[in-house]
This record gives sequence, C-alpha cells and structure tokens, in this order.
Amino acid sequence: MIKFTNVFKAFPKGGLALKDVSFHIAKGEFVFLTGHSGAGKSTVLKLVYADEPVTSGEVRVSGFNVAELRPRDVPMLRRRLGIVFQDFRLLEDRPAEENVAFALEVTGARRSSIAARVMRVLTQVGLAAKAQAYPRELSGGEQQRVAIARALVNEPSVLLADEPTGNLDERATRGVFQLLRDINASGTAVVMATHDLDLVRQAPYRVIELQEGALVYDSAVDEPRDQAATP
Amino acid sequence: MNLTIREALLAFRRAPLLSALSVTTIAFSLFVVGLFGLVAVNLQEALRGVAERVEIVAYLLPGTPIESITLAEKDIEAFPEVHSAVYVSEDSALARARAELVEFRDVLQELERNPLPASIEVKLKPRFRDAEHVNDVADRLRGFGFVDDVRFGRDWVEKLDRLRQIAAAVGLVVGAAFAVVAIIIIGTTIRMAVLQRSREIAIMRLVGATNGFIRRPFLLQGAIKGMLGGLVAVGLSYGAYTLINRWLIQAAFFSNVQALAIVGFGTLIGFFGSAASVGRHLRRV
Repeated sequence: MIKFTNVFKAFPKGGLALKDVSFHIAKGEFVFLTGHSGAGKSTVLKLVYADEPVTSGEVRVSGFNVAELRPRDVPMLRRRLGIVFQDFRLLEDRPAEENVAFALEVTGARRSSIAARVMRVLTQVGLAAKAQAYPRELSGGEQQRVAIARALVNEPSVLLADEPTGNLDERATRGVFQLLRDINASGTAVVMATHDLDLVRQAPYRVIELQEGALVYDSAVDEPRDQAATP
Repeated sequence: MNLTIREALLAFRRAPLLSALSVTTIAFSLFVVGLFGLVAVNLQEALRGVAERVEIVAYLLPGTPIESITLAEKDIEAFPEVHSAVYVSEDSALARARAELVEFRDVLQELERNPLPASIEVKLKPRFRDAEHVNDVADRLRGFGFVDDVRFGRDWVEKLDRLRQIAAAVGLVVGAAFAVVAIIIIGTTIRMAVLQRSREIAIMRLVGATNGFIRRPFLLQGAIKGMLGGLVAVGLSYGAYTLINRWLIQAAFFSNVQALAIVGFGTLIGFFGSAASVGRHLRRV
C-alpha cells in the first residue's frame, strides 16, 4: 500500500529532512507516525501525496511510483488518498456539504451522484444535520469532521492525517480519533502523524517513530519497548 | 463545463469588491487606449478629408475632337488607381472661373476669347492618393497625344505623404506603448485575483484537481472581466466623445468594428493575462 525504501529527502537549503527511511504499511493498517515537531512526520506524508519530490530512494503508494510520477499524474494519485490537516483547510466561502462535494467535482464525478455520496459521508462523520453550515459556524471538532468527510468522499484506500487533533480540545480529540478508528475498522488504512502520546497509548496500533529525519522505532519490526521512554 | 461557469461566476459573488476593482482597472486602462484610438481615428479622418482633394488635371490641346476625349475618359477611368475622370470643356471651365473668382468677374466678363483650356480632372481611389501613384498616373496621362500639360500639387502631395507616415509611426509607437501599459496593469490585477484565491487553489490541488480544472474558471473569469472592462471603456470613450463633440470640435467616433475590437482586445488580455498568472502560480506551488 505504502512502501518507503531507503528514502532520503534533502531540504532545499541543505541538510536532510529524511535519512534512509524504509517501512511498509499494509492495506487496512492503522499506523501512528510519532516524533518531535521537525522530526520529519509531515515530510513523510508530503512525500506520500507527492507534495514534495523524493531526493533519493523509492516511494510506492497504491501502485504509483511516486518518485517518478509525472506532474500530470499527481492528481490521479491524490484522488486515491484522503488527506486531513491540523488546520482543516476548508473553503470558508461555502457550506460543509459543498466543501465535501468539491472533492468529488474536481474528479469529474457525475452531478447526479454527488449529492447522495456527500450526504452519506456527512452522515458517517455525524454531521448530516449541519450540512448547510459554513465552516465559521462550526466548532473545531466539527470542522475537522467536515475535512474528514471530504477526505473520505472519494473512497480512498488510505487516509493521511497530519496532526488531525492538534487544534482540538480533549473532547473533540477523542471524538475525531474515534472517528478515525471507525474509518479504519471499515477497511481504510489510516496513517496518523501525531505527537499526542496519550492517544498513541490508548490504542494497540503500530507506531513508527522518527527522530531528526531518521526512523528510530517501528513497533512492527522492533522489540516492544517501555512506552514511557518514548518522547 | 457547467462547473467551470459556476465557479467563474461565483468568484464575482464571493469577491465583489476585487472583481469590481479588476473590471474598473481594465476599463480605465482600455479607456486610455480608447482615447488615443479616438485621436488616431480623427487624425485619420482629417487626413482622408485632405487627401480627397488630391486631384490630377490633364489640360488638353485646343481643338481636340470630343470623340477622342470621350474615349480617353473611358480609358482613364479604367486605370486601376482612378476613381473618376471628368471632362471639363473650355466653356464650363470659364463658367466655373466666373463663379469662383468673384474678384475677377469683370475681367472674365469682358473676354472676347476664352483663354481657359479644356481639361480632364482625375480623382484617385483613396488608397492610391500618395505621391508615388499620383506621379505614376500623371506620367500615363502625359502619354495621351492631345494632353498638353498635367498638373497636380506635387509638393503638397509629398507633404501629405510625410504627414501620413508620421501619423502612422506615432500611432504605432504610442498605441503600442499604451497597449503594453494596459496589459501590465491588467495582468497585475488578475494576478491579485489569483493570489487572493491561492488557498483555494492549494486545497483544490490537494483533493486531486488537475491543473486544467483549476485553470478553466480563472480563464473564463478573466475573459468576462476583460469583456466587461472593454464595454465600460467603449462607454467611457463615447462619453468623452460626446463631450468633445459638444464643447470642442466636431469629431468622429469608432466604427462598430473598432468598438468591437476594443472589447475583443479586453477579452483577450483578460483571458491570456489569467492564463499567464494562473500558469505561473501553478508552476510555482
């Protein structure tokens, strides 16, 4: 599904953002990507959705060889992924349902099928009642649910979440995390970058930890370790 | 396509102030071009009026039989450059002189013999009213056996030529400069519209929109803004023209084709300006 093989990523101004990172995430897995800020979590995700070029090594994402992807094929890759950010990235000038519909429209989906699919994902994230609300009328947790609905509407095989709970209070965090778990339970792989270790400890999922651009721990390969020792 | 139109029109509703500002900027840039165009059109009109008076007169030897003259008249009218060739007999020349030269009426009245020769007055088609063609036709007229002398205002025709060249050169250079300035200003305005929506563009890319999909509403929007700007510019020019006409001088306005060209120019700048701005933006992010 997602396979990094000896991946290096150089900063434009010198230095390495990722050093020789290799891992393999299988279909339907839930993986935490942890580490301090600046450790390279976001960079890993950006390489997955081809927002940054790979400096060397191989990145494969659901059949795409990302390092050799032509610019015109990048949109095709992204339609197979759902992406969620800490800052939601919703369009402020349209209501929730149109924010979700947008992701379908850009793929050229038939208009007749859009409304039904949008309603289905909004129901899935528990926001069917607020379909007409504008982002500014929604709480942070609700906005993140809209963003998740937008990420899901194209039925991606992987959901990438970059600190999805970073801007949320504890209650909203729990809600959003539970939603991501539900999504994973229905078969979608989830890669969640976070530095919230409470969340990581709550669930029995695989943990990949980065430190200054290097992969220092992968619970799938390494010996289990004392969780208290992780940063 | 449906979506392209919707997104393009939505942009006007979402950012009415910026949209209005773009249209106004485009309108005033094109208005300046339009004003200059008006000057050019009127200068051209004035020159055409002057050029209309370019005339070649072939004086005929006395006693030339009228049959030869009629034939020659036909021949001359068949010249590709010639608009009309009119025979003026000795008598009508005198009658005209009497009518026109009032001061000499008495002298002309007392003449025993008509001193004025008969002539053929030749007018050229508008596009041949320059020194080269006038000389050329004059030479051919001299070739007729019964033509005594050929007259035309040589200096005057040459000066007219020069004036025309200057007008054309100034028109081209100043017109091009104005057009370039308009393009730059309009390009900047469009760039602002693109930057204003850069967040939206980033999100569109994130959810897998192709560059073409992102670009299309901008192109349509740019073309619409350019067209509206062009229409307003023509309107403003018409206002200026009306004022000038009422208070200053009798002036000419654009022909429909010229007015349409201004609107078309605005539309094209809007379209290609957007294409350049969005293209640059998409390449950079």
